[in-house]
Amino acid sequence: MELTGAEIIIRCLQEEQVEYAFGYPGGAVLFIYDELFKQDKVKHVLVRHEQAAVHAADGYARSSDKVGVAIVTSGPGLTNAVTGIATAYMDSIPMVIISGQVPTYAIGEDAFQEVDAVGITRPCVKHNFLVKDPKDIASTIKKAFYLARTGRPGPVLVDIPKDVSNQKAEFEYPASVSIRSYNPPGKADSTQIRHAAQMLLEAKRPMIYAGGGVVQGDASLQLIELVRLLGAPCTNTLMGLGGFPASDNQFVGMLGMHGTYEANMAMQNCDVLLAVGARFDDRVIGNVAHFAEVPRKIIHIDIDPSSIAKRVKVDLPIVADLKLALNELLDVLKSSKQKPDAAELASWWKQVNEWRVKGGGMRYKNSTEVIKPQYVIETLHKITGGDAFITSDVGQHQMWAAQYYKFNKPRRWINSGGLGTMGFGLPAAMGVQLINPGETVACVTGEGSIQMNIQELSTCKQFRLPIKVLALNNRYLGMVRQWQEFFHGNRYSESYMDALPDFVKLAEAYGHVGMRIDNPADVEPAIKEAFARKDDLVFMDFRTDSTENVFPMVPGGKGLSEVILAEDL
Amino acid sequence: MRHIISLLMENEAGALSRVAGLFSARGYNIESLTVAPTEDPTMSRMTIVTRGSDAVIEQINKQLNKLVDVVAVMDLSEGEHLERELMLVKIRAKGEDRDELKRMADIFRGRVIDVSSDTYTIELTGAGSKLDNFLEAIGRELILETVRTGASGIGRGDRILKL
Ligand SMILES: Cc1cc2nc3c(=O)[nH]c(=O)nc-3n(C[C@H](O)[C@H](O)[C@H](O)COP(=O)(O)OP(=O)(O)OC[C@H]3O[C@@H](n4cnc5c(N)ncnc54)[C@H](O)[C@@H]3O)c2cc1C
Ligand SMILES: Cc1ncc(C[n+]2csc(CCOP(=O)(O)OP(=O)(O)O)c2C)c(N)n1
Ligand SMILES: [Mg+2]
Repeated sequence: MELTGAEIIIRCLQEEQVEYAFGYPGGAVLFIYDELFKQDKVKHVLVRHEQAAVHAADGYARSSDKVGVAIVTSGPGLTNAVTGIATAYMDSIPMVIISGQVPTYAIGEDAFQEVDAVGITRPCVKHNFLVKDPKDIASTIKKAFYLARTGRPGPVLVDIPKDVSNQKAEFEYPASVSIRSYNPPGKADSTQIRHAAQMLLEAKRPMIYAGGGVVQGDASLQLIELVRLLGAPCTNTLMGLGGFPASDNQFVGMLGMHGTYEANMAMQNCDVLLAVGARFDDRVIGNVAHFAEVPRKIIHIDIDPSSIAKRVKVDLPIVADLKLALNELLDVLKSSKQKPDAAELASWWKQVNEWRVKGGGMRYKNSTEVIKPQYVIETLHKITGGDAFITSDVGQHQMWAAQYYKFNKPRRWINSGGLGTMGFGLPAAMGVQLINPGETVACVTGEGSIQMNIQELSTCKQFRLPIKVLALNNRYLGMVRQWQEFFHGNRYSESYMDALPDFVKLAEAYGHVGMRIDNPADVEPAIKEAFARKDDLVFMDFRTDSTENVFPMVPGGKGLSEVILAEDL
Repeated sequence: MRHIISLLMENEAGALSRVAGLFSARGYNIESLTVAPTEDPTMSRMTIVTRGSDAVIEQINKQLNKLVDVVAVMDLSEGEHLERELMLVKIRAKGEDRDELKRMADIFRGRVIDVSSDTYTIELTGAGSKLDNFLEAIGRELILETVRTGASGIGRGDRILKL
């Protein structure tokens, strides 16, 4: 049957079982919006800024195993979306962005609202397409979803000129797709897996370092089984939190710049390191030369060969899908007669536990005078039973949320790690809430970050999203202030934010409930009350200690054992 | 170390800019880059000459492989290979110089492909170093214009880069 390009686009989204698309209309996508209007299978969420559309699609994807979808118009619509696209790219989030483009005959003429969408997004997408003929729309969208979700996931942009969305073509959604130049890895090589098993069984001080790939690759159960079988300590990156349960005794906490002392020391001093779905980021291992000073064998499993041996030398690289590879590894280990050396493990754990004591876990000095931000997160954990979906923005509050909300399940911790995008938290929470209706969703934010996408309070009203916003309001761009305190001689250049709005009134102006909390004693009752309001968005403005810092801290460029602990200062 | 990398890629609009963009975005060095369609019109073959440590070259190969439009990658310098570059050079050729310059072109197995009353245009192929040597032999003062394609490379014998 002949359909217009716009009809084809919508049919494709229906075929992909897209429940929600996040977007904002404009001239170049008018035909597409017209078709959206005529059906009700794909529900459209009208955001207030295109960046938020992409972050919402991102939160939707991170908290489910689905591909997020955003629709934006040409020109400014696309450029507004770029921050969101780059955010998803850095954290490997599956997403399809459909952007309108000026008509094919006007491309290259500096037409109204023309930008080179394919060119601008090229470095921050997994792949992108410009569709010049309506008969190519269906196959291109099919490819886009396939690319977004397979292999190392990522955002894929499909740019569609206005005339193409209005021309007719025969529609048939391809049943399958294959791209000759793209063959995502599957199972691991069995010799390598046997080799890995041997190395792990012979280890005296084994350590497991698990990242976002465990969450994205749905390999959490396999990881848990493996860690138990090996009896080794396990750490998670910021992106991997929840991939291994924080309440498990074998969990040594997050590692890296703001990770626990024990995780970083174990990382530095282990003899066999198994890295799974993690990419040895600079915020994780700090100074590469310092990390490499200690000899250790590294086994690295990742679906993307370019993540392996990028920053550190690896002894056994295994390119595979994590879930499959871990299942293979488990099979080999379970059928092996050899067991991990209990005596060696015991003395390794003795050492790790000493570090635990020295590091003192995550600790802070609570106060009855002023609200400590850590206390707010601990209370949030308590009131929500540790089971909520928590999104966050970027800054100190993000680190405290990561440290003090003990995530036990994957896909519950939703934050921008790689790009570190302030403004991510609230729109991401919208996507999370829509795909997880009835679940508790909270956004931990700062008074700086929230103002970068605060307009989305309006979207939340329109779509009745009962998100709980916890602003840890320290009146500072706190993370910047902390660096200025440590490394720039207390010169707080432009990190104090004057003239903040009255967030309670602001929330009310958008039709929500606002609360301001000044006293530590009021923290728990306020959070209780807010979460009891099941149908309301509640904005909690916590006036927190403006001088609090995030510890432990491995300063940029330093080695993992050169950490500043809270007591050092 | 200098490496010569060959790739097959989809002959699609924008494919070249993906490769070039990758090199500039990641700070990799490009000494030369040549590209043209193959006997299969859906594919182009590209030769890139680059320099970098072993670790950088490994990343370059992996990053190239990761581009969806790239069908196959081969680091030719990892094994036996041939490389050739084409150069067109226009030189001032007047009076008694003309014979001497013609002889020089012959020695380097170049061909004079265009002649005017006071210029020769010479076509020369070979390894980059041979072309360099020729230019040196002619001397800067006589050279009016040079056009070089950059190296094209191919594996020796059974080393074949094909889909
Ligand atoms: C203010 C701030 C402070 C930070 N401090 C820290 C810190 O202290 N500690 C910390 O850890 N991070 C910190 N980060 C985050 C950091 O910048 C990185 O984003 C993060 O460390 C990367 O996590 P990851 O290594 O798990 O990789 P991700 O970015 O999550 O990458 C996932 C990896 O898994 C692979 N993968 C994906 N799917 C699969 C699959 N199915 N099978 C196999 N492999 C797969 C991918 O190829 C990739 O290599 C901080 C960020 C900010 C903004
Ligand atoms: C879009 C963007 N701009 C700038 C930064 C740099 N930056 C990182 S943290 C931070 C401060 C965030 O302040 P706030 O949201 O109040 O959080 P706090 O650190 O005080 O908890 C800034 C400016 C960033 N990450 N993102
Ligand atoms: Mg702040």
